[in-house]
Amino acid sequence: MTQAAPAILEIAGLSKHFGGAKALDRLDFSIRRGEVHGLLGQNGSGKSTLIKILAGFHAPDDGARLHVAGREVALPLTPGQFQALGIAFVHQHLGLSPHLSVLENFLVGRHATSSRWCIPWAQEARRAEALFRRYGLDIDPHQPVDRLSSVARAQLAVIRAFDQFERTPDAPIRLLILDEPTPFLPARDVEHLFRLVRELVADGASVIFVSHDIDEALTITDRITVLRDGRLVGTAETPAVTKGELVKMIVGRAVDLDTMRPAARDHGPVKVRITGLTGASLDNVSISLGTGEVVGLTGLIGSGYEDAVTLIYGADKASAGTLTIGDNDHEISRMTPYRAIKAGMVLIPADRLEEGIVPTLPVTDNATLPLIGRWAGGFLVSNRRKRDAAAAVNKAYDVRPPDPGTLIGNLSGGNQQKVVLAKWFQTSPEFILLIEPTQGVDVGAREQVFGIIQTMAENGAAVLCASSDHEQLTAICDRVIVFARGRTVAEIAGNEISKSAIARLTYSALDDAA
Amino acid sequence: MAERSALPGPDRRALIDRAEQFGLLFAWIVVIAGFGIARPDTFLSWANFATIFGSQAVLVIVTLGLIIPLTAGDFDLSIASVLSFSSMLIAVLNVQFGWPIWLAIAAAMAAGITVGAANGAIILYFRIHSLIVTLGMGSLLHGITLWFSGSQTISGIDIALVRAVIVNRFLGIPWAFYYGITVAVLIWYTFTYTAAGQRLLFVGHGREVARLSGIRVGRVRFGALLAASGLGALAGVLYAGTTGAADPSSGLTYLLPAFAAAFLGATAITPGRFNAPGSVIAVYFLVTGITGLSILGISTFVQDLFYGGALIVAVALSQLVRGREERLG
Repeated sequence: MTQAAPAILEIAGLSKHFGGAKALDRLDFSIRRGEVHGLLGQNGSGKSTLIKILAGFHAPDDGARLHVAGREVALPLTPGQFQALGIAFVHQHLGLSPHLSVLENFLVGRHATSSRWCIPWAQEARRAEALFRRYGLDIDPHQPVDRLSSVARAQLAVIRAFDQFERTPDAPIRLLILDEPTPFLPARDVEHLFRLVRELVADGASVIFVSHDIDEALTITDRITVLRDGRLVGTAETPAVTKGELVKMIVGRAVDLDTMRPAARDHGPVKVRITGLTGASLDNVSISLGTGEVVGLTGLIGSGYEDAVTLIYGADKASAGTLTIGDNDHEISRMTPYRAIKAGMVLIPADRLEEGIVPTLPVTDNATLPLIGRWAGGFLVSNRRKRDAAAAVNKAYDVRPPDPGTLIGNLSGGNQQKVVLAKWFQTSPEFILLIEPTQGVDVGAREQVFGIIQTMAENGAAVLCASSDHEQLTAICDRVIVFARGRTVAEIAGNEISKSAIARLTYSALDDAA
Repeated sequence: MAERSALPGPDRRALIDRAEQFGLLFAWIVVIAGFGIARPDTFLSWANFATIFGSQAVLVIVTLGLIIPLTAGDFDLSIASVLSFSSMLIAVLNVQFGWPIWLAIAAAMAAGITVGAANGAIILYFRIHSLIVTLGMGSLLHGITLWFSGSQTISGIDIALVRAVIVNRFLGIPWAFYYGITVAVLIWYTFTYTAAGQRLLFVGHGREVARLSGIRVGRVRFGALLAASGLGALAGVLYAGTTGAADPSSGLTYLLPAFAAAFLGATAITPGRFNAPGSVIAVYFLVTGITGLSILGISTFVQDLFYGGALIVAVALSQLVRGREERLG
């Protein structure tokens, strides 16, 4: 690519604090005219903070400077100012309204602010069609978005962002920011999207391509910038860098985080066996767990590791697969949460506020929900009995404050999660499914949550934990299985497990899946 | 793949789309034909239709008022109380205080819009669901109306208003009908051809998408609630003109029919969206059915039966359409 191409956007000394935490630390960053610039880094590395500052969503700390087309622009940017500067965004979930037409979605950005009194639909349709055709897209502007394939939706979102430039011809630059547009696309379709991006670049746009996926970044970008813990690790010309080097830049060398491994334990015989699980993004996945074994599932966003858990539990519908718990076989495609609980399973969901607790009810009601049905005696539930049970939970699991009458919404995240775990573990489940069990849980309570999980495993339950938190997996798992593109691609066990080993496997797993 | 049909996919789909668009219109024609055959002399007279068209203009406008916030994803349950309040305000100011009729109308319109502003401010500032706020506001307004009217029907409103609404006719149909159609055309145009209509649509179909696209969601919702109350007040003006009087409670009987018509209308013309032509057709479809049944001699409970049933059928129908879309998608 052109070495001499001038920078269209330059950032210097960009920092951002959230409370005491540094999200960005004196970042320098520049984009050249006509390049695709990859932005890589793990969750929490500062990628999204950088993007949100450019969108005018966050104000950076004092001292940062921004130049657009060589001219200094005052920070913070106001919301919506990006349009006038010539920056357009494609968000991860694309920002399309599925029941409305392609054309309406295509024009929504324009109608958001302008007041047009007579939209010439026929003329706009012809203009959109001409633009689609120019870039080889076969999309009928009149059909609703939900009739488009997933790649056509992504292409529509990208071309819509590009169309913003056509509407603002006075903008000094043309910078398209693609914020992880590919995780929900099948591999073969990613190339279609990339072809469109390359054509837009040939027509004078620059692109920032934010991604988790190193292979994709190597395919499409001219340069790659890696962030870690809010700091710039480095910027490299793409042809001059190898995948291994990028993995090292992303993960870092720090090995000291491989903390606290559980003492190696002998597992009993196989207790749970999952075979041929297919559905959502998964294709023929098989996993087995021993008695008392804690198995972690991980991978990149969209790799399918979370789907495994929700499919097994029947929260999402599987198309095929068999689950054996002890001596009992279950057809996973017919699983529902009701049957799952009957079969001895529990699921601790990641989205605690939405799916795990009812924040406006006291601990008493939240903690005893799964028990009420078991208490014999018919229709009347004794309030005293509920309160006693909840008080016992609070004591056993060290919930603070210990008063079972407290609204659970007023507890800290960690204490809420203790109640959620306790609530299900009272039913003595045989097979425990966890998704991100310590999301939003403070450090102290985190250890206690780990302890509770270990205790359940020691009592003979099999535990399956889906998580993108490598430190957490290291702390609780006997075995970790890595997913990519809907399949299991790697597995490590015992003392091989470390935060860096998991991260390395996660990022290199894509090779094996391809 | 599983099922084979005579037509290839796209044609079959176009046919289904067409059937959905005009199904309600077709059903209306069938209803007219059915009653026409049963009672050709009384039902199929122009006078009968002129009455139907003229007398239901109030319901048309209430329905049109409802679909604006419904499109933006909000309910306005206070619209019927605004109707009663506005007609009663006209009666009291005009009959008891002797205000000129145009001034009384202006006052009623202003009062209606103020109610809309109050609804919007409470819903947006306190982030309460519109259903609850407007339910409360409706009851509050009903109380105020009962209070300042002394719970009595007040008649003797300026004959000029009555003339302009129900007495003067064009092609045998009272002017009221044309007022309703004018409002329908305005809303149809706004929904279809203006940027404001598009903003309303996106706010209703996905607040997050709308926000990310730069739409000021709060402002759009506020405007929609304002427009709804404004149309509620206008319906009150027509109500006062239709009867030459105002009574404190009868406005409330419009609420359920208006919801039934709004949801039924959303299954036609542009299926899946609340739309003005669909709403107008739905109102007249429902009223034709009720009129026909009462001509056949079936007693008054049929109204509730018909409106309530229609609301449930309409909502079930639109859910069915959506379900099919998802399977095909």
